[in-house]
Amino acid sequence: MKNRASVISGIAAIVFSFFVFVIPFLFIILMSFKDRQQASLRDFSWPNGFHLWDNLVAVVSTRNWMMVTAFINSSLITVVSVTLLIVLAAMVGFVLARRKAKWNGTIEFLILAGLMIPPAVVPTIWLLQGLKLFGTLHGMILIQVAYNLPFSIILYRAFIATIPRELDEAAIIDGARPLDVFFRVILPLLWPVTVTNIVVQSVGIFNDFTNPLYYLPGSSNATVQLTLYNFQSQFNTSYNLLFTNILLITIPPLIVFLFFNRQIVAGMTAGAVKG
Amino acid sequence: MSVATATEATIGRGPVSAAKRETAYPGWFLLPAAVIYSVLFLLPTISSLYFSLTRWTLFDATFIGFDNFAQFFREPFLIKGLVNTVIYAVVTSGMKVVLGMALALLLTSRIIARGYLRSVVFFPVLVSTIGVGITFTVLMHPTNGMINEGLALLGVKGPGWLTNPNLALFSVALVDVWKGVGLATVIYIAGLVAIPRDYYEAARIDGATPWQNFWFVTLPLSRPATATVITLSFIGGLRTFDLIWAMTKGGPGFSSDTIASVIYKQYQAGFFGLSTAGNVVLFILIAILVVPLTMLLNRKRGHE
Repeated sequence: MKNRASVISGIAAIVFSFFVFVIPFLFIILMSFKDRQQASLRDFSWPNGFHLWDNLVAVVSTRNWMMVTAFINSSLITVVSVTLLIVLAAMVGFVLARRKAKWNGTIEFLILAGLMIPPAVVPTIWLLQGLKLFGTLHGMILIQVAYNLPFSIILYRAFIATIPRELDEAAIIDGARPLDVFFRVILPLLWPVTVTNIVVQSVGIFNDFTNPLYYLPGSSNATVQLTLYNFQSQFNTSYNLLFTNILLITIPPLIVFLFFNRQIVAGMTAGAVKG
Repeated sequence: MSVATATEATIGRGPVSAAKRETAYPGWFLLPAAVIYSVLFLLPTISSLYFSLTRWTLFDATFIGFDNFAQFFREPFLIKGLVNTVIYAVVTSGMKVVLGMALALLLTSRIIARGYLRSVVFFPVLVSTIGVGITFTVLMHPTNGMINEGLALLGVKGPGWLTNPNLALFSVALVDVWKGVGLATVIYIAGLVAIPRDYYEAARIDGATPWQNFWFVTLPLSRPATATVITLSFIGGLRTFDLIWAMTKGGPGFSSDTIASVIYKQYQAGFFGLSTAGNVVLFILIAILVVPLTMLLNRKRGHE
């Protein structure tokens, strides 16, 4: 009885989810297989021929291989800023979880403020110009670190609180210096939450559109999201190329999703149970 | 430097003293993060309070008092942006709470293809917002779009999702929910799984109906998850920019402008003072709406 009900509701859910969640992605895939003429109809139909390769070449080589530059830039920004985030946030989380200092309250307040307050864009641009960092990858990386630190710190602090203090004390008695204690004893133990951090922050930074739009103008520094946005007006008669581009930038998150589904969910739901 | 020598000097001696404990967790560990955060986030945020009171060209700023703010509350299109921001945040977070809870209940029940369903619902969270925005702009086209073609097959004449000024904001909100409901769902799943089975057992013995089960056990005990979903999606909704920019650019007219899109438009037009005032308005709006909201959500939990 119960079994049959669960099968029926399951089938209903599968059909519904197919229409709502799967069809948009199938649409993207089908569009990227079509030639320009068929794609201009923008309907949900089977491609007349296999044009994916031609479309890929056209998208990648457009505007002097802009897409290649964009992929390199985006990867560089993501890798460097996530690396910095990991080390800096773990250090803060470590001291914050271990040391009961009078400025802990202030730091907590600043972390919450960082999660809530939208960045003041024009003053930031003015400041970056003063520091000669405006429109540079360095500047963009530092911005990503500054904006995403609070979330990483929260993840690390909660995890470090569950690691027994005796571990660091044993290392101290053995004569380890603070940097040794942190890098050799603590950081390796943080691996699970580090993976969560890497996955969640990379997806966020790779997909970020707003910050590069403000702080990284100019085509030489374009990121993949900016490139896609600019292609929207450039390719408004070649929908096949536009959707090939969308397909292309959906692949990195898809790979992350296939391999790290569990960590992503763990990171994004952190704190939901404890409140 | 002194930190390292102090630790070295006491190698191999007795139990760890309080002073040594302190030096094992040196304050300078906070320094690199603090410098980056203060210079690139705090400094601009604090200076925005001043620049919002000026007419600003990036090279020189003329103090004009509260003129920018006065303009913000005088120009109809700017007021429209303010109202839209609140509507957008309320609609998206409300729908994410209801749908997220419903999906989580479905996906924690004994249903077939649970793994597939969870993946399919969650995947859009990870996809580029610009990609999603462009895709749905095409799908929502009034005549050529797949959504209206599908509705036509059912004999319904679909609306101009993004071309009708009364509807555009809600269409974008709907896409926002499509993309974000997966996150709300996994948060609720984490919350539901954490509820001890004993409560349901007790409710079953008392002869509770499924509806009573939900209303008196599931809903109150998943309040931490509800608080997280509301806070996250409400702040996200108030700050939203990329999806609106990818789909309507605030149009048609100013009908789907939000504060964040107004900030960008004023920045593009070179009104840097006004743009910064928009930032301050958004900041104040978040503070006066989100702080009481989180306090309310957390206090109720304390009473139980």
